[in-house]
Amino acid sequence: MNTVTNVHMRNLVEFAVDKPEVVVFSGDLTGSTEIKEFKAAYPDRFFSMGMAEQNMMSLAGGMAREGYLPHVHTFAVFMYRRALDQIEMSIAYPNLKVRMFGFLPGITTPGGASHQAINDIGVLRSVPNMTILETGDATDVESVLDIAHQIDGPVYVRMLRKEVSRLFAADDRTLFRKVRRIASGTDLTLVSSGICTEEAMYATAVLRQRGFSVDHYHATTLKPFDDEAVVESAARTRFGVVSMENHTVFGGLGTAVAELLAERGVGAGLTRIGLQDTYSHGASQRYLMKEHGLDSISLVGHIERLTGERFGISEDELSSARLSEFATEGQLEAL
Amino acid sequence: MEDAEPMVHGAVDDIQRARRIAHGIRKRALELTIKQDGCYLSQALSSAEIFAALYTCVLNIGPSLAPMKPGPFSGVPAPGKHDLGADYNGPRTEDYDRLLLSAAHYAVAVYAALVEVGRMDPEALFEFNQDGSSVEMIGAEHSPGMELTTGSFGQALSQAAGIAWARKLRGEKGCVWVFMSDGEFEEGQTYEAIQAMCFYGLDNMGVYVDVNGQQVDGLTKDVMNIEPLDARIAAFGASVIRVNGHDISALVDAAAVAHPGQPHFILADTNTAEGIPLLEHRKPHLHFVRFKDEAEKAEFVKFRETM
Repeated sequence: MNTVTNVHMRNLVEFAVDKPEVVVFSGDLTGSTEIKEFKAAYPDRFFSMGMAEQNMMSLAGGMAREGYLPHVHTFAVFMYRRALDQIEMSIAYPNLKVRMFGFLPGITTPGGASHQAINDIGVLRSVPNMTILETGDATDVESVLDIAHQIDGPVYVRMLRKEVSRLFAADDRTLFRKVRRIASGTDLTLVSSGICTEEAMYATAVLRQRGFSVDHYHATTLKPFDDEAVVESAARTRFGVVSMENHTVFGGLGTAVAELLAERGVGAGLTRIGLQDTYSHGASQRYLMKEHGLDSISLVGHIERLTGERFGISEDELSSARLSEFATEGQLEAL
Repeated sequence: MEDAEPMVHGAVDDIQRARRIAHGIRKRALELTIKQDGCYLSQALSSAEIFAALYTCVLNIGPSLAPMKPGPFSGVPAPGKHDLGADYNGPRTEDYDRLLLSAAHYAVAVYAALVEVGRMDPEALFEFNQDGSSVEMIGAEHSPGMELTTGSFGQALSQAAGIAWARKLRGEKGCVWVFMSDGEFEEGQTYEAIQAMCFYGLDNMGVYVDVNGQQVDGLTKDVMNIEPLDARIAAFGASVIRVNGHDISALVDAAAVAHPGQPHFILADTNTAEGIPLLEHRKPHLHFVRFKDEAEKAEFVKFRETM
């Protein structure tokens, strides 16, 4: 698997070159949220707001009222947890075009519970007017700015940084409100998001060799979540639906899938893979993915339980399916 | 007073008019309290002179763009739809000032002020807190005279800073005026906002603070002390002046103080029973005034006839 570094950092600079109304807010995490190059390129449009997130969110709302397009960057927890009332009353209620980039989704950081955004999608999906996007690869990261730019209202982007895998061709841009079909199959419907998609791809590739075909979709738009492709797939696959996300199983992708299927009257069973109503702790991404069952071997185990079949797949076999190992050192970067 | 050209001018006639308006705000708020058997009356009493000063001498605003009789609540903001009660304060164009209400519980004082200055029909005040009306009890951005949704305290100052900053970036001449209550200085966000306003030298901002020393649970000094408020704000690097909040001339002169490179705060020491001494004995529990019984109500009805 190819990886690309600092995708957002470069993309943001290109995106803003012909959009003078785009301004960037930093909460004392300029290097950590990949806005260093923006600052260097457009110093007059870069605003250092310090460690004062409540003020940062409300102030962004005020600026958006005047026609500017604030792109607010910090770790996700410091937005949706620390400044939720400000997001709701200063941005979401007035439906303002503020773009929020939440970094360190789920267990992608060794920073522990204080830094791990495990319920941001759930919290923000419940906020009226909010559009939610989650990035799972470099092409997603390159697509979300353009997607957000078309939306007349607030947008929350769950962002990846530093070394990011390229799962989808760079010219095959991510589309708003469309899931991306990664593989077609008839045995099981799998909907994954964020970093879980890459893990799922390793498992489904090996399962296919065993004759088990998974209809696999990657979701980038988590609100609204209404692509009929998921409904149609769930209605026809043999063993129902599995959702897989780097988030608690409440309020995120799994919940969105459940809501959609229930509303469309699809009677498929649903297995939600994610953090099982728990906080996490400080450790490497790889370690925590295993601990919380978010890795490819855990997915295989879930599918074995669902189907009653034993595929005899080993971790070694899954590892060889990886086109590249996790860049463990690269992803264990300091905060 | 500084030598620099003042932002405002308080001619004798204007000051007289402002005094009449402050009296009118009190009278109308009391009438509403009697009629609806409850209102944020003390807020109108403590802030009457501040709003009177703003609407007569301080604000540079154009004619109202809104109908004299406000329409019903027309729905929450949505793509392509954003109704603002700020239309009552005229066009939001580059030379004009803006008035942003931070303590939304003071909405009644704003409504009464709009009536007094001829921007809203007197009868519209009685739509206060009626189902389906935009003249809401704790107003929001669709309510007459309001531009922000600020019932959750401490957020308006930051939003105002965003607006002021945007206006500065565009080189606009108009100022951004904010009305706050002293209780909001218990909220941490208020200090985050002042910190940023000073750091970025937002000198196109002026803030009136109604320092009435009371909050829901009692006296501010007993619930959570905020004093010395002037020293606290000055320590951040803002321009601060403290005046008698019922002295119109002082309120107007305070707005004329030059403050290059700094946001300007006018702390107005006020009395929550000003103009209606009958309320004195109920202090400090005046957050929402409702009469205990018919006898008490009758006392206030009688008092109003003397106003």
